Amino acid sequence: MTEIRQHLVVLLAGDSGDGIQLLGSQLIRAAAQSGQDVRTLSDFPAEIRAPQGTVSGVSGFQFQIASETIFDPGDAADVFVAFNVAGWLKHKHKLKPGGILIASSDGFDARSKALAGLAPDEQPLEDAKHSHQVLEVDVKKITQEALKESALGTKEKNRAKNMTVLGVLSWMYGMSPAAMEADLTRQFSGEIAEANLMAFKAGYHLGETAEWTAYRKEVLQRHAAPGTYKTLSGSQGIALGIAAVAHQLARPVLYAGYPITPASDILHEVARLRPEGVRTFQAEDEIASITAAIGASFAGNLGVTASSGPGISLKGEGLGLAVMLELPLLVVNVQRGGPSTGLPTKMEQSDLLQALYGRHGEAPMPVMAIKRTGECVDDVLLAAKMAVEAMTPVLLLSDAYIANSAEPYRLPSPSDWSPIIPNVVEGKLPYHRNAEGVRPWTIPGTPGGEHRIGGLESEAETGNISYDPANHQAMIHTRAQKVQAVTRFYGPLCVEVGDAEGDFVVIGWGSTYGALRTAVENLRAQGLRITHLHLKHLFPLHPDLKPFLAGFQRVVVVEMNEGQLIRHLRAEGICSPAFIGKTSGQPFGAAELQARLATLIQAKS
Amino acid sequence: MTGKEFLSDQEVRWCPGCGDYSILKQFTEVLATMGADPANTVVVSGIGCSSRMPYYVHSYGIHSLHGRAPAIATGIKLANPALDVWLITGDGDALSIGGNHLIHALRRNVGVPILLFNNEIYGLTKGQYSPTSKPGLQTKSTPTGSIDHPVNPLTLALGAGATFVARSMDRHPVHLRGAMTAAKEHGGAALLEIYQNCNVFNDGAFEVFTDKKTQSDHAIFLENGQPITFGAEGQRALILEGGQPVEVSLSDRSASECWIHDERDPMKAYALARMVGEIRPFGTLYREERPTFESQVHAAAHSTRSIEEVFALGRTWTVE
Repeated sequence: MTEIRQHLVVLLAGDSGDGIQLLGSQLIRAAAQSGQDVRTLSDFPAEIRAPQGTVSGVSGFQFQIASETIFDPGDAADVFVAFNVAGWLKHKHKLKPGGILIASSDGFDARSKALAGLAPDEQPLEDAKHSHQVLEVDVKKITQEALKESALGTKEKNRAKNMTVLGVLSWMYGMSPAAMEADLTRQFSGEIAEANLMAFKAGYHLGETAEWTAYRKEVLQRHAAPGTYKTLSGSQGIALGIAAVAHQLARPVLYAGYPITPASDILHEVARLRPEGVRTFQAEDEIASITAAIGASFAGNLGVTASSGPGISLKGEGLGLAVMLELPLLVVNVQRGGPSTGLPTKMEQSDLLQALYGRHGEAPMPVMAIKRTGECVDDVLLAAKMAVEAMTPVLLLSDAYIANSAEPYRLPSPSDWSPIIPNVVEGKLPYHRNAEGVRPWTIPGTPGGEHRIGGLESEAETGNISYDPANHQAMIHTRAQKVQAVTRFYGPLCVEVGDAEGDFVVIGWGSTYGALRTAVENLRAQGLRITHLHLKHLFPLHPDLKPFLAGFQRVVVVEMNEGQLIRHLRAEGICSPAFIGKTSGQPFGAAELQARLATLIQAKS
Repeated sequence: MTGKEFLSDQEVRWCPGCGDYSILKQFTEVLATMGADPANTVVVSGIGCSSRMPYYVHSYGIHSLHGRAPAIATGIKLANPALDVWLITGDGDALSIGGNHLIHALRRNVGVPILLFNNEIYGLTKGQYSPTSKPGLQTKSTPTGSIDHPVNPLTLALGAGATFVARSMDRHPVHLRGAMTAAKEHGGAALLEIYQNCNVFNDGAFEVFTDKKTQSDHAIFLENGQPITFGAEGQRALILEGGQPVEVSLSDRSASECWIHDERDPMKAYALARMVGEIRPFGTLYREERPTFESQVHAAAHSTRSIEEVFALGRTWTVE
C-alpha cells in the first residue's frame, strides 16, 4: 500500500564522486514540477575529490517535499539513501526511528567498511535493523547489468549508479517516469545519455517488479499559483538579481569577482547566463575585483562584486574608498564558517559585525540580509536601488546555506520591478547634494562635468582635497545622514508569523528563516503567544523596530554566531534580548530551534 | 586647448624642484598636442607623490588606493572603452603594494598608458627605501643601507607580457613628450618608466643620465630601425655578442655592424632592459600589437540574452 503523506524528508548520502547533488536536484525538480513545494540542504566537503569512501569525503543532500507551503528542509529524515557506509555513519542520527534506510550493497562491502574506519566484524546494516527498516539494493550490480550492452568502460558505467537510484526513488515516490526521462534526455547527450536512461529505467522497473510497496510513499500534489517555474539555488537567484539590476537601471553592470567558496557560483552563473548589459570580470584578487567594480561605477556602470569571509576582509580597503567617493557599489558576502579559511563549505552568520563595523574610519553603509532563495532577486534589486539612488556602497549578506539551497521559483514579471533612477544631473559640482543628501553621478564623457575625486577627504561641493577640520567633521556627518536616510527605501516592518503583540518575539535574520518560521508556527500551535520577526535591513535598522518590540514581554534573537545581532540591537539601544546561537557549521533544524525556544521560554517564565 | 588649459584650478603642492613638475607640464602639453577632450579623459592614480597628479589635470580624475590604480583603470575601461584613461603611479605604488595589479593589467593588455614615476624612494611617507632603490641606499628605514635586490620595472613588464615598454626622464621634456605620445598611441597597456628626481629624499639618483654634461655618455636614446649609438659625437655603439650588449667604438667599426634597434624583438628588448649599469637605454624598448582586454570583453558581450531569456533559461514548467 502506498502511504499518502503531506511531507516527506529524504536524505541522500554517499561519496563526493557518487553524483549525490545531481541526483538530489533531479528529484526535487521533478517534485516541484508536479506541484509539490521543496526545500533543500546540501552538505559537501571542501575538497573536490576527498579520499574516496571515507567519512570526510561524504556528500549529503537533504530535501523535504510537501503538499503544502514549507519553509525548511525538514528535520529527521523519513528515508535515508546511503551510497556507502561512510555516508550512513556520518548522517545516521538524522534518520527517524522506524525510518527507511535504502542501502547500496556495494557501498557496504568489506572494503567500504575499512575505508569508513569500521572493523571487519562490524555489521552496520544489521545494527540499523534494530531501529530502522532496511532495504538493501545492489545498485552496482543492477547498473552493470542494465549497461552490459553499453560501450562505456566500467568506471563510466559505475557513474550511472545514481541514475539507477533515481529510478528506484522515482517509482517509490510516484514521480512520472516519462517526465524524468525527458528531463534526462535534455540534460545529457550521446552514450552517457543512453546509459543514464537505461540505468534509470532499470531502477524504476526494479521498484515495480520487486513490489517494494511497503516502502512506497506518495506526497500529494498541491496547486501552486499559476505561472512558469524553475528550481533555483541562492547563487542562481543572486545572479538573476544582477541581470534584473542591469535591466532596471538601463545601464550596464560590471560583475567583478575572484574565485572563493561559496561565492564563486555567482560568478559562474552570471558568466553562464550572459544577461544583456552585464559583463563579468575575473580579477587577479579580491582587492582588484572590488576596485575594478569601483572604477566601473565611476565610469557609469554599476560595479558589483561578491566574496566570502577572508575575501570580504581584503575588500575592506575598497569599501572605505567607495564610502569616501560616494559611488554606487553592491557587495555580496556569501558568509561561511570562519575565521580565516574556517569551514569554506559550511554556513555561519558570523560576518555581521564585520559588515556593520569592520572598516577603517567612520564608514557607515547600508547592510541587508537575504532570508531565502526565493527573495534573492528582489533583495538584489533593492540593494542596487539603494546603492544607485543614494550613491553609496551596499553590503548584501547571504550565506553558504542560501547559496546552495534550492526551491521552486515562479518567474517574475520585470514590469513588477521598481525602476532604478540614478541621480544624473548636469552642471552640478561632484559633491553638490540633493534634498536627500545624495551627490550627482556625473559620468566621464559628460562635457563640462570634469571633476577629480579621491580617497583624501573631499571639500564639500567641489571634491577637491580638503584638510579643513570643520569640513571633515561636516562630511562625516553628511555621509552618515545620507546612509541613515536610506530607510526611505524600506517597506513596512512585517512579521513572518504571529501577532503584532504578545509574550514573545523571536528575531532572526538571513538563512535561519525557514527553520525559525517552522519552529514558531509549531510553538503557536501549542498555544504560545509568540511572533517571528525577520530583519532584512540590518543597517540602518527599520525605524519602526523599537516601537514594534514594545508590544512584547520578551525578545529572543536567533542567529548562527556567538551573538552579533544581539550586540548590535543593544548598541543601537533597541532592546536587550535573550539569545540562541549556533556555530557548528550546520544550520538550525526547526525541531532543534523549537526545543531551544521552548526551554528558553520555560526558564524565563 | 593649450597645455595650460589642461591644468586644473588646484594649487600644485609638490616640493619645489621636484621632477613631477616637469612631468605634469609635459603631460598637459601632450594632451593639448594630441587634441585630447577633457570630458573624455580620465586620469587614474594610486597613492604617493606622483599619484596627486589627477588633481592638477583638468579632466575627469580619480585618486584611488595605494597600488590599486591598475584595477580601477581596468574597471573604467571595461565600463567604457572609449574613454582615454591614463594611469599615474610611482615605484612604491606600482612595484611594491600594487605589483600584482600591474602585472595583470600588463598581461591583459588593458588599453591604458601607465606612467610610472620612478624616483627610487618613498617620498610622501618621508624617505623610506623603495623596491627600486639601489642596494646600500641609506634611508630612514635602512640606516645601515638597503640590502634588497631592486626590481627592474622594464624586465618585470616584459616578463608580465607587456605589449609596450619604454623609458624616459623628467629632465628631457622633448623626449618625455615623445614617449608619452608613443605610449598613448600604442593603444594597449603601455608601461612608461619615467626617471624622476626626488630632490628631497634621493637627490641625483639618475643624475648621470639626466645631466646634460654626462647624459651623452650614459643615456642611449633608442630609435627604431637605427643603429644603437651614443656618446657626444655618436661615436660609441652597441653590438650584440652572444646575446649580450657589448660597447664598441665606431672608429673601429662601420655603423652597419652595429646593433640595429628593433622594438619588435622581445629578446633584444630584454637585453636592453637588463642594462642597469652606467649606460642605460631610453625610448621604446619593446612594442607588439595585441587586442586590448576591454575590446575583447566587449566583443564577447554581443551574444547576450534578454531579461526574459535569462530568467527562462534552464528547465522550466508551467502551472495553469
